[in-house]
Amino acid sequence: MFRLMRRRMTSAVMFAMTGICTVVVIGALFFILGYLFWKGGRYVNWDFFTKLPAPVGEAGGGMANAIIGSAKLLLLATLIGMPIGFLGGVYLAEYGGKTFPFMVRYVTDLLNGVPSIVIGIFAYTVVVLKVRHFSAWAGGFALGIMMIPIALRSTEEFLRQVPNGLREAALALGAARWQMILTVVVPAALRGIVAGMMLDVARVAGETAPLLFTSFGNRFWSEGFDKPTASLPVMIFNYAIGPYEDWHRQAWAAGFVLLAMVFMFNVTARLLVSWRRH
Amino acid sequence: MPINVPIPDEQADGQADMLADGRVDLAGAPLPVQAADGHGPAIVCSRSFCLYYGSRVGVKDIDMEIYPRSVTSIIGPSGCGKSTFLRSINRMNDLVPGARASGVLEVNGQDVYDKRINLVNLRQQVGMVFQRPNPFPKSIFDNVAYGPRIQGIRRAARLEEVVERCLIQAALWGEVKDDLRKSALSLSGGQQQRLCIARALATGPKVLLMDEPCSALDPVATARIEELIAALKNDYTMVIVTHNMQQAARVSDRTAFFCLGELIEVGLTRDIFTAPKKRQTEDYVTGRFG
Amino acid sequence: MIPGEMHSELGNPEPGAPLQARLSGLARLGDPLFYGLTLAAAASIMVVTGWLVYQLFAHSAQARHEFGWKFLISQDWDPVAGQFGALPFIFGTIVTSAVAILIAGPLGVGTAIFLAELAPRRLSSLLAFLVDLLAAVPSVIYGLLGIFLLVPLLSGTVVPAIQSVAGSLPIFSGKFYGVSVFSAGVVLVIMVVPFIVSISREVLLSVPVEQREASFALGSTHWETVWNVVLPNARRGIYASIFLTLARALGETMAVTMVIGNTPRISKSLFAPGYTISAVIANEFTEATDNLYLSALIELALVLFAITFVINGLARLAILATTQRHETHV
Repeated sequence: MFRLMRRRMTSAVMFAMTGICTVVVIGALFFILGYLFWKGGRYVNWDFFTKLPAPVGEAGGGMANAIIGSAKLLLLATLIGMPIGFLGGVYLAEYGGKTFPFMVRYVTDLLNGVPSIVIGIFAYTVVVLKVRHFSAWAGGFALGIMMIPIALRSTEEFLRQVPNGLREAALALGAARWQMILTVVVPAALRGIVAGMMLDVARVAGETAPLLFTSFGNRFWSEGFDKPTASLPVMIFNYAIGPYEDWHRQAWAAGFVLLAMVFMFNVTARLLVSWRRH
Repeated sequence: MPINVPIPDEQADGQADMLADGRVDLAGAPLPVQAADGHGPAIVCSRSFCLYYGSRVGVKDIDMEIYPRSVTSIIGPSGCGKSTFLRSINRMNDLVPGARASGVLEVNGQDVYDKRINLVNLRQQVGMVFQRPNPFPKSIFDNVAYGPRIQGIRRAARLEEVVERCLIQAALWGEVKDDLRKSALSLSGGQQQRLCIARALATGPKVLLMDEPCSALDPVATARIEELIAALKNDYTMVIVTHNMQQAARVSDRTAFFCLGELIEVGLTRDIFTAPKKRQTEDYVTGRFG
Repeated sequence: MIPGEMHSELGNPEPGAPLQARLSGLARLGDPLFYGLTLAAAASIMVVTGWLVYQLFAHSAQARHEFGWKFLISQDWDPVAGQFGALPFIFGTIVTSAVAILIAGPLGVGTAIFLAELAPRRLSSLLAFLVDLLAAVPSVIYGLLGIFLLVPLLSGTVVPAIQSVAGSLPIFSGKFYGVSVFSAGVVLVIMVVPFIVSISREVLLSVPVEQREASFALGSTHWETVWNVVLPNARRGIYASIFLTLARALGETMAVTMVIGNTPRISKSLFAPGYTISAVIANEFTEATDNLYLSALIELALVLFAITFVINGLARLAILATTQRHETHV
């Protein structure tokens, strides 16, 4: 009798501890968000979105060039990462085979596990060393490679979820294999694939390390893609470790904007996947 | 009895042609005429046809003829090869790795296992309806228009004609005509299966293969499909695999009985069910085994 | 009825065949083309990865030939004198990650147990979603919070508390300047916990319900079921999640470099500043003036790549073992 009470107490206590863990973890989230939005929200203003950085040491200015720069880098990254990831995912899901697909999956997971700074070095040796200057091409290349594994795996996963009956029906109607894939299977999996891409973009949008020596940074506008380019994450880094109070405030503001964008993409992506029309 | 006019070369522009009797015929070869005694040349003909899955036998030595504008049902216990044979006719068995065929299986006089066969064309000529309704997650209109669209028909007017005609033929038009843009997945099971039939008809097939089309449906929906089969008989040749003997007796003109991969007996439905020639057939149709 | 025409209908389109048949021919051409396209995409990933490894080897050649294996055990990082040793960074990388996993492991698994076993399904999904949001926060933002929030907190409250109790222990000794190996470890904890929670929760949820039922039917308490039945079943998956997370922590750059102190020295105290491989690359890469310096940094990147490759490999072995076990069960 006493033994049973003790066992049940143990159970209650252990679960209480897991509850505490949960509170700590979830609490951390709310605290981070709250603090960031409080500190950052205060310093976001119109200048932030429209002005260039002020000369070093002067207060004021904004991060307009970093916002555009990040957009450029993400555009390049998507153009590189999305097609390769998507087509690779189609290959793994729709065409059979044992060894080659296994190798592709293995290497993709390997690439996914490579620290982002190492990918930055790769981009440096391939692009920056060749042309002898930093550029958006190099940064976009680095981010694009980082996008491939996730795009591929999520495409493959959502394509696999399409029931085989649809494939049979399309083939029985006289569709060629590529028609079946593009006009029936992919549209059926489209929401999931798009959601996966959104999560992918949100992830690389916050990456800093690979940009440190590829797109490097710029306190001015960078025309085209061939010049060093400012980006939000790099600006946050530079300003946060800098000596000026004003810089710190702008770093918070930039953090707020970056996090808001990342969260929006995340929430939208998950809504896309979980919302059922009927 | 209307006879199709084959499409002369210069008229072929990838569009559906409407024939004198109002049917849409996308391909152009004439449907063999059915003579008065109910027979004519076979539209599907197999001679010593075998299909293997690797080393396993699917069907063996099938000699069978299917006549135009008739309904032929294939019955037999599970695993006897009925679906295997059916799927051989439009070469859907190709999707199974290791599947290979021997013997001859002809549609309209052409061996479909000939190396040079154009599979896309074959499957447009020989349509298939599956056991579980599998409409695409698209609108009703886009489902039926799928076949014509991949054949290159783009003009909206043509597509609308084809879709309406096929939905009428599938006895679904009245129920969906008010909103063709609605998702096909919002239809009931029976309606979805009729949609799949309409979709298969839209490619202009000569032969319609049906693999246990009613087994996933309730009795009311089943009855409607059986009515549909009776109506479609005038224009199409149908081969139906069914495990429901009463259904076979109701809808088909001829019946084939398969067992363990072999064709045991084939003949007029009334003969198979009232005066079967083989002992095995008799045992099966009287329910002594199955 | 024209027999000849019937034959040509289902065969290959002959030259001059109706457009209808030719269109089918075009559609068929698309098949090998599309297959080739997707195959090329899949193959290009292998090419890129191979190229990456090659570049790491090629551009670290100078340093590798100069220092050989001594690189890995030398503590001497002196760019001016041209002396480059990797040990301080390897040490810092391992220690910060170890600290992070030691704290985040139990914390994460505990949370996962709560979410998988106790929380009602809808709450569990909602909280899991929130945890995934935590995982999506960029590293540099954690660094921001680290510098301005965590470091003052640690120097003001936490570290004095620890030092007043256990300050005599060597790992807690020394003056705390805010930036330290310990600070980096704590930041890593927050960054890394969401991954452990997320993967562990899925692993726990996938333990077959029959196993739990059997345990309850024998009169176990809920906790006993979790401890004796669910966790052992989920063991390999949880190890895998920890390994994967460890690999992530080892490669983390920004948050770490902002709070670790950037000092290439090995010290016995957690509260001393340190340096990690990724941090030194981030800080010094653009300052590297000569080829040997650059080559040494790239060799460091190669070392980091090797470490994460091995850890990820171990994680995959654990996952493989789990799936095999479940297959033999059936």
